[in-house]
Amino acid sequence: MKEVAITSGRMNHGVDPLLHAWGWEIPLYLFLGGLVAGILFFSAFFYLRHRENVFTAAIKVAPLYTPVFLAIGLAALFLDLSHKLYFWRLYTTIRWESPMSWGAWTLLFIFPLSVIWAAFWVKDVYPNWDWKFPIIEKTIAWLAQFKKWFAWSLILFSGILGMYTGILLSAFNARPFWNTSILGPLFLVSGLSTGAAFILLISRSEQERHRFSQIDSFLIGTELFLIIHMFMGFLASTSVQIHAAEMFLGGPYTAIFWTFVVGIGLLLPLLIEIMELRGVTVPAVIPAMLVLFGGLMLRFVVVDAGQSSRWLYKFMEQLVF
Amino acid sequence: MRYAMAIDTKRCVGCADCVVACQRENNVPEGFCRDWIVEETTGTFPELQLEIRSERCNHCADAPCVRCCPTEASHYEEGGVVLVDHDSCIGCKACIASCPYDARFVHPEGYVDKCTFCIHRVREGKQPACVEVCPTHAMIFGDLDDKNSEISKALRTRKYKTLIPEAGTDPHVFYLL
Amino acid sequence: MGKQLNRREFIKIAGMGVGGMALASSALKPFSLFAQPAVNEALMATGSGGATPTYCEICFWKCAGWVHKKDGQPWKIIGNPDDTHSNGRFCPRGTGGIGAYLDPDRLKTPLIRVEERGKQVFREASWDEAFTYIADKMQQIKEKYGAESLAAFTHGSGGSYFKNVIRAFGSNNIAAPSYAQCRGPREEAYLMTFGEGVGSPERTDIANTKCLVLIGSHIGENMHNGQVQEFTQAHMSGATVITVDPRFSTAASKSKYWLPIKPATDTALLLAWIHVIIEEELYDKEYVKKYTYGFEELKKAVRHNTPEWAYPITTIKPHVIRQTAREMAAAAPSVIIHPGRHVTWYGDDTQRVRAGAILNALLGSWGRRGGFYAPVKAHVPKPKHPPYPKPKKEWRDALPGKYPLANLSLSTAIRDITVESPVDDFAIKGWFVYGTNLIQTLPQPELTKKAIQNLDLLVAIDIMPSEITGWADVVLPECTYLERYDDLRTSPGRIPAIALRAPAFEPKYNSKPAYWMAVQLARRLGLSEYFPYERIEDYLDYRLKAVGSSLEEMKKLGVKNLPLEEDLYFLNGEPYEFATPSGKIELYSNTLAEYGFDPIPRYEAHEEPPDGFYRLLYGRAPMHSFGRTTNNPVLTELKIENEVWIHPKVAREWGIENGSYIRLENQDSVISNKIKVKVTERIRHDCVYMVHGFGHTQKQLHRGFNRGADDTQLITRVKTDPIMGGTGMRVNFVTFRKEVA
Ligand SMILES: Nc1nc2c(c(=O)[nH]1)N[C@H]1C(S)=C(S)[C@@H](COP(=O)(O)OP(=O)(O)OC[C@H]3O[C@@H](n4cnc5c(=O)[nH]c(N)nc54)[C@H](O)[C@@H]3O)O[C@H]1N2
Ligand SMILES: Nc1nc2c(c(=O)[nH]1)N[C@H]1C(S)=C(S)[C@@H](COP(=O)(O)OP(=O)(O)OC[C@H]3O[C@@H](n4cnc5c(=O)[nH]c(N)nc54)[C@H](O)[C@@H]3O)O[C@H]1N2
Ligand code: SF4
Ligand code: SF4
Ligand code: SF4
Ligand code: SF4
Ligand code: SF4
Ligand SMILES: [Mo]
Repeated sequence: MKEVAITSGRMNHGVDPLLHAWGWEIPLYLFLGGLVAGILFFSAFFYLRHRENVFTAAIKVAPLYTPVFLAIGLAALFLDLSHKLYFWRLYTTIRWESPMSWGAWTLLFIFPLSVIWAAFWVKDVYPNWDWKFPIIEKTIAWLAQFKKWFAWSLILFSGILGMYTGILLSAFNARPFWNTSILGPLFLVSGLSTGAAFILLISRSEQERHRFSQIDSFLIGTELFLIIHMFMGFLASTSVQIHAAEMFLGGPYTAIFWTFVVGIGLLLPLLIEIMELRGVTVPAVIPAMLVLFGGLMLRFVVVDAGQSSRWLYKFMEQLVF
Repeated sequence: MRYAMAIDTKRCVGCADCVVACQRENNVPEGFCRDWIVEETTGTFPELQLEIRSERCNHCADAPCVRCCPTEASHYEEGGVVLVDHDSCIGCKACIASCPYDARFVHPEGYVDKCTFCIHRVREGKQPACVEVCPTHAMIFGDLDDKNSEISKALRTRKYKTLIPEAGTDPHVFYLL
Repeated sequence: MGKQLNRREFIKIAGMGVGGMALASSALKPFSLFAQPAVNEALMATGSGGATPTYCEICFWKCAGWVHKKDGQPWKIIGNPDDTHSNGRFCPRGTGGIGAYLDPDRLKTPLIRVEERGKQVFREASWDEAFTYIADKMQQIKEKYGAESLAAFTHGSGGSYFKNVIRAFGSNNIAAPSYAQCRGPREEAYLMTFGEGVGSPERTDIANTKCLVLIGSHIGENMHNGQVQEFTQAHMSGATVITVDPRFSTAASKSKYWLPIKPATDTALLLAWIHVIIEEELYDKEYVKKYTYGFEELKKAVRHNTPEWAYPITTIKPHVIRQTAREMAAAAPSVIIHPGRHVTWYGDDTQRVRAGAILNALLGSWGRRGGFYAPVKAHVPKPKHPPYPKPKKEWRDALPGKYPLANLSLSTAIRDITVESPVDDFAIKGWFVYGTNLIQTLPQPELTKKAIQNLDLLVAIDIMPSEITGWADVVLPECTYLERYDDLRTSPGRIPAIALRAPAFEPKYNSKPAYWMAVQLARRLGLSEYFPYERIEDYLDYRLKAVGSSLEEMKKLGVKNLPLEEDLYFLNGEPYEFATPSGKIELYSNTLAEYGFDPIPRYEAHEEPPDGFYRLLYGRAPMHSFGRTTNNPVLTELKIENEVWIHPKVAREWGIENGSYIRLENQDSVISNKIKVKVTERIRHDCVYMVHGFGHTQKQLHRGFNRGADDTQLITRVKTDPIMGGTGMRVNFVTFRKEVA
């Protein structure tokens, strides 16, 4: 028998009984980061494969949204800071050991990249677009010479962005549920998958949609594999991680995770996409929306569950006397 | 110099004087504490054992909170004391999430706060407030590099443990058993 | 009766009503309820290092310390290193004492009960009005029933000034709950045995003991500072600690032996120990021969009290009883059977404590190093005042033949005769209540409320809107100990010492020190001559100058230790005359025999809880003092509510979960407030435990209101000690109610 009691009434706001460092801002930001990474990756990738005329939505239209998504994500990130006026401190140092730090720097690069990349395509999508200032027009034209190099750096940075959103959490060894190396790949794949789904959503081309359905199905399959793998890893690990996994296997997160993330967010769209690939026509918006929804839920659930899992004093409410 | 604290679980009666003293000394805002008391009972009636601990930031030598801080607000000070520089902290809370001991919190003023080993007092040659107040003299604070310090002696002569050493943070608050 | 009961309503001070407020603003020009007085630094006393000396009022250990400010704001209180009560280290309650000053719920201005549109309310009053009201009522009572119809209940430093007023007025009915609800049986038992009491701080030489036996005393939770420090010292230097407690207390966890005794059977254990000590000839033969009286009678009396006899009663195994007795003997005379402090448990408490005293005598620990030392006290003369008038009667006369050996007044007896006097021509009509929350402090709170219905005047002097203030006719807001001078502390100890309390802050709101109040009231009663000094500073200076110090000096020192003249350990073979009738340590008491009580303690079985009921035990949490800190903003941070300790098997049987809330219902169907459950192996299965002082019902106590449960409410029964009138309060049984809505 072991009884643990916290007798001085420790109940630090935001820490006890459950850690509540991060609310909706961080999961939203992680979702948008992943989504942007996915879009930019596909855009750059297929651009380099010279599919400009086939995958218009992926290469030209989707990137136009990315600066907006990133801006929203950054705004969410900023809102989350509790000492906002000091945010510039992020850029007075580079801390390689801190995913937060290199995330901040990645954003510093990828945001302008996404703006420039979008600028390259604006006129393709909106032929009547007018930049108003000739200097902008000229700059873009000058930069366009290096389009290929921009595409390569986008592949690099979107990869970093995608990975980072997962690694950010898994760097926190203190939270048993995040303490798994699978979180990085999982978020990367989920980011790509939501990126593909977004392209699917806005694509007007049958061929493009077919291709992205295929890609998405593959990514969803990978995600499912990673999730199963993750739980098997937890269950074979230390007691704190087993406890973390149990939150999803009969614990408080079971219903929400298996229904919304896995069921509605992964299995259902996978089923629909397979049906579609087999020729049954379902409006592509449906699986696409489901995947986006699933991706968002995944971030929310993982961020929340991670904060609910701790090393010491796991059932704080019952311990405080 | 390596500052550390040893808390004698044989002496400690769990009175929480160390908690109040810290709150008064450091003006810890209402609803928060930098240290707290845990009572752990093992066994079944009537074969029981009770361990009482006054817990706080462990001033880890391999501190994840320092590692994951993007601004260097969380940093090591003299003697390995882990501190937060209020004016560098952006309040991203990465350090809070990274501390396996849940020793940190967001101060109502926005920055992150936790035990400082009362470095402001230590620099004046005084003991931390909690150490100074403890009616049972259950706490020892001092320099591990000084072989003659009270804490070095205590760790040489007594059995001790640290909390969740498996978290790999190399904690520097020791519990004398 | 029913009609009478409704005469006086309980008024939640918070609900003073618009009428009360409106009245206040017109009648109360000079005093503003919420205005903060400008800090008048000149008035504040500051000693060395810019801090103000004080001694703590959060409990009765009275540690001396320094009050520090930072940027003119209250900051912290730190123990005075010269002080032997604290040795420079306060306990958590003392450290958090600053919360008493900071508490926004404090009483702010005098209040007078009035009738308004058929409803009783308080109106704010000026001090002048309040004193006039009280003085008039007192004179009326005196004319109608005699001055002896007044009574005072006091607990705390300022009480003495009101005692002075009441005595000068002609009444001797002055009681403190620290007698009949606390230490009374102990003092009488030791007085009867050794001719001297134990006193406070206790004269136990724990620091030097080799064996400490705790009967209940939960040192470490009972946070009497110096005692906890000495306990740790003894424990760390290898003293054997033997703790007898149905609960695995903090002290039990530090003990070599924990004897989880069945509650209410300690006397059997003590007698068995005495039996073993005598049978195995482990007692201090020379000491017993030289200093004690009645050994043969004792030997005969305990002949049958074998460990085997005690086993089924106490559930403590015979070999454990023998082994622990031998441990005590091996350590003798450096052994202490701790006399306890709160000992009013089962109504036979004087006898139980006496059994412990006898054990101490057999082991020769009285007057010996590591046992009981001779306490010394600084003698500081007081200014003279005229003698008090002699009351024609006092509370005792209403209870002929009862509690013959009570040396001090009985709070509960005074209350009971207020309800109804057993003799004619004796009615208590006025109460002064200083610093004691009678509603939570006296057992059987319904009786207390009933008594209050019979009063013509109830004056409550308090710092907080405690439950008792809601029943008062006049509420006088005292400022906290941090805002006032008080009389010098000259408690007994190992060295004679004087400590000063000086104001660190200006009184907040419209609160005033008790000394000032008493002087004002005395003046209106024409009793000013009983206060030779109008200002307490002059009174203190008089006293201090008489011993070669001064107020000026004491402000700088805080504590002054005087040279020790006597030997602490006085029984080392020299002849000694004890202040008992026989001049010896009385193992056998003729006094008790004369009054028809057992001259040697005898075990008597107590009623057991019926099926499905559990004995209600209570105690202390280290960070709270009774109910006086359970609204303190600093200390409630540490513990905001109490919990009921339940053994896991019992919890399982009832399907009660750790951390859930339940209610307790006692044998008389009184149901408690909801209380959190602590399921723990640390308690026996036949009892439950909770910390006293929670479950406030006065709404104005914003933090404490409705938090946790009040044990007093469940103490609807007592067993009164026939010897001295102490109220045994652990004779109530509770069962569980799972619905809390
Ligand atoms: N923190 C704090 N400390 C205080 C106070 C406070 O309010 N707060 N108050 C002070 C005052 S005025 C007093 S009088 C003292 C009181 O403190 P003590 O004198 O120590 O009081 P007890 O009633 O002996 O202690 C309660 C213990 O008795 C045990 N007990 C209950 N029933 C029995 C029984 O039948 N037999 C035995 N052997 N044990 C039993 C309980 O389990 C509990 O552990 O504390 C003082 N110290
Ligand atoms: N059920 C139950 N009853 C008990 C006990 C128990 O454990 N359980 N313990 C018993 C024991 S051991 C004791 S000693 C008594 C203690 O009994 P009390 O001394 O009556 O205990 P408190 O509840 O602290 O009430 C103190 C009152 O004084 C007020 N006060 C505090 N400081 C000051 C001040 O500076 N000036 C003035 N004027 N008022 C002040 C507080 O606001 C509060 O209203 O209770 C006894 N009664
Ligand atoms: S002050 Fe000392 S005895 Fe009290 S809880 Fe803290 S460490 Fe333990
Ligand atoms: S205990 Fe936590 S906050 Fe303190 S140094 Fe270690 S990781 Fe950092
Ligand atoms: S909250 Fe402050 S101290 Fe913590 S990691 Fe972020 S910047 Fe560093
Ligand atoms: S060392 Fe100072 S900051 Fe840390 S817990 Fe003790 S008093 Fe608080
Ligand atoms: S023991 Fe604690 S509460 Fe009591 S007087 Fe001393 S410091 Fe104050
Ligand atoms: Mo007491």
